[in-house]
Amino acid sequence: MSADVRSRLAALDRPVRDALMVAGMMLGLYAVFWVVGSTLGYDASGIFSLFATLTLFVGVYALAVLALNLQWGYAGLFNIGVAGFLAVGAYSFGMLSGSPTGSPPGLGLPFVVGVVGAMLVTAFVGLLTAFPALRLRADYLAIATLALSEIIRLTVLSRPASEFTVGGVTLGTGGGQGYRNFPANPVDGLFETPVGDAILVAADGIFGVTRQPVVEDFVYALVVVCLVGVVYWLLSRTANSPFGRVLKAIREDELVASSLGKDTRMFKVKVFMFGCALMGLCGVLWQVYGLNSVVPNTFRPDITFYIFIALIIGGSGSNTGSVLGAGLFAGVLFLLPQNINRLLGEVGFLQGISSPNSFAGAVGPLASLDVTPFVGYVLGNIDELRFVVVGVLLIYLMQRRPEGLLGHRIEPAAAVDLRTRPADHRPTAADGGDSDGGDDDE
Amino acid sequence: MGVSDAYSRGRRLVVDQPATLVVTVVGVLLLLDLVVQLVTGVLPPTRLARYLWTGLRLGLIYGLAGIGLSLTYSILSFANFAHGEYLTVGGFSGWAVAFLVGGYGVAELSDLLLVQANPGVSITSTPLAVVLGLVGAIVVTVLVALVLDRLVYRPMRGADGISLLIASVGVAFILRYLVAFVFDVNVRGVTGGTVSYNVGGLPINAHDITLVAVSVVLMLGVHVLLQRTKLGKAMRAMADNKDLARVTGIPTERVIRWTWMLGAGLAGAAGYLVVLTRGSIIFDFGWILLLFIFAAVILGGIGSVYGAIAGGIIFGVASNVSRVWLTGPWSDLADPVAFLLLIVILLVRPQGLFGGVTTA
Repeated sequence: MSADVRSRLAALDRPVRDALMVAGMMLGLYAVFWVVGSTLGYDASGIFSLFATLTLFVGVYALAVLALNLQWGYAGLFNIGVAGFLAVGAYSFGMLSGSPTGSPPGLGLPFVVGVVGAMLVTAFVGLLTAFPALRLRADYLAIATLALSEIIRLTVLSRPASEFTVGGVTLGTGGGQGYRNFPANPVDGLFETPVGDAILVAADGIFGVTRQPVVEDFVYALVVVCLVGVVYWLLSRTANSPFGRVLKAIREDELVASSLGKDTRMFKVKVFMFGCALMGLCGVLWQVYGLNSVVPNTFRPDITFYIFIALIIGGSGSNTGSVLGAGLFAGVLFLLPQNINRLLGEVGFLQGISSPNSFAGAVGPLASLDVTPFVGYVLGNIDELRFVVVGVLLIYLMQRRPEGLLGHRIEPAAAVDLRTRPADHRPTAADGGDSDGGDDDE
Repeated sequence: MGVSDAYSRGRRLVVDQPATLVVTVVGVLLLLDLVVQLVTGVLPPTRLARYLWTGLRLGLIYGLAGIGLSLTYSILSFANFAHGEYLTVGGFSGWAVAFLVGGYGVAELSDLLLVQANPGVSITSTPLAVVLGLVGAIVVTVLVALVLDRLVYRPMRGADGISLLIASVGVAFILRYLVAFVFDVNVRGVTGGTVSYNVGGLPINAHDITLVAVSVVLMLGVHVLLQRTKLGKAMRAMADNKDLARVTGIPTERVIRWTWMLGAGLAGAAGYLVVLTRGSIIFDFGWILLLFIFAAVILGGIGSVYGAIAGGIIFGVASNVSRVWLTGPWSDLADPVAFLLLIVILLVRPQGLFGGVTTA
């Protein structure tokens, strides 16, 4: 970023700047995926299908990262059981709102009751975890929450849980087969009404998108993005409320917070439940309607670590950073590599390059300075390599920039904006003296 | 006098640690039920013996791997999430060496190095290959750990535990997927058949015996190292108080290097041995074992080497004996119950069975 753009950005108000950064990132991602799609020769429907996937992933990751940021970034609670809470949300939604005649049967409650119920159930599981777990040190809490998420996944997967009867009501998780008995997506229902028809006509007329499932997916992704916006607003309000300020105090020094008369344990319990409820909502949006595949093994701890990495890229403690990190992780690190192989094949780079089926076949020719089999092998195994890149990035960030892109901003603890003071009147550093204040840290 | 003493002690237990009491009561009830099942013949003794034997083998693996986890926790002050991957690295490198020795001339060299062709290595038919494989596993894992310490952890000395933990997650990703990149992601059988003995209705094969023998020897070696050598003393001093150790002239960097070497070497050996008895290998087997190793180490008291060994064996045996009650479809819940046990230990006695004593 050039100095000129930087200084002009710095002159803007923070909310405007944040909105510009997020919009800029999304436009950048769309541009990249548009280039990918058009190079691959996709028509408008194909490109919008890529856009729909991208938007959905950025949205659901942003939601999960925001929830985690509330727990880790604000309150300093090291929860690495996110996958378990996503699973609780998705499965409890299914059991509450699934059709009673389906298999495995659900309770058949209305959709809204299902969503709210799923959030409440996840919050309750969060409560069960929080009360005892908060007595633990940060690294013990990490191990306990990781174990909890594995308990949830393995229990959902187990045969006794796949279908059981409690008090005459039969419920179940479907075990390893996964759960399919969900109510229809309300967004798809929209397309049976005149509004849906209008959207379809508009999509065809303006963008030339003719395939209805693509339009449906894209509209669903936009709904998710709107929900992310609502959650973002809610969390920003929370962060700047007295409640949020206590959380930050707990993160910085719990002893001080409690000696100022704050019941830090209750604050932690509440924030843990709040974050877990959002993770439950994310489970519904992501697994149930986003991917349409709720199988226990998608909730492996790996998914938790992806969400954590996204948070660390963005910078823990910053809601805008959370959204940026989610976008960069989901777009650049997660989705883009899946298309690179196809893309290079299309532009002729891969023509004549065969992919050897073993590492030896790739390395052997290196001795005679023939690198093409190695390149072919690398591209053929890009799925594994992207996680190596993720690991390298994680270590780099921890060593060089632990605050991520936007973390550790100076938190406004006063009702007035301290930055508006005269320049010669140097304000006391609000971050405990780690910096000299000013725009560098924002 | 004695009665009122016991009463007040009991009262204190009930009031101060109700959770400990509940756990103890449940444990005693389960033990009683086990005895009743054995006496009434509901549970055949050979089945119990099988659980105990499987549990002991697993427990020794947990213990062996747990020593390194415990040492890094007490000396470097962080929970190393890449420790499971050290087992994976040990498994693959060790078996590459074992295949090379055992299958030289039989199969393609590259297939042997990539642990693809199965030349039928076993302790009875090719003992040299198995032993050299073990040495290879230890050496390679130690080298990998030293390189990682130099590149990742050394620039971060003095960083807080959570930063190091997150960096170790990065290391875990790198190692796991580099192994997948080089050796591919398929599960495959690696060992040939070996002799099996029948000990009182319990089938015990030569690979199991190898595992037990090697683990016990290595554990005794660690004991001697810690108690008899200057290095061991320095390690214990550093675990107790790093600043004091530095002031008294202990070369802390050298001790840290030895800590990595010892921990990684044992983890590599554990990874190699677990593959020996299971007979198959896959790129993420160490990662899957990691939570169990954590559970074992925490049970014993994280930071304590003897705690790690004892915790490993107790945890391995207990989680296997749980199959006495978790039968049929309920056996699916054996692992969740084991993890639940981990959480209960963390809550009831986070300092573990051997808590308070570090590295001694």
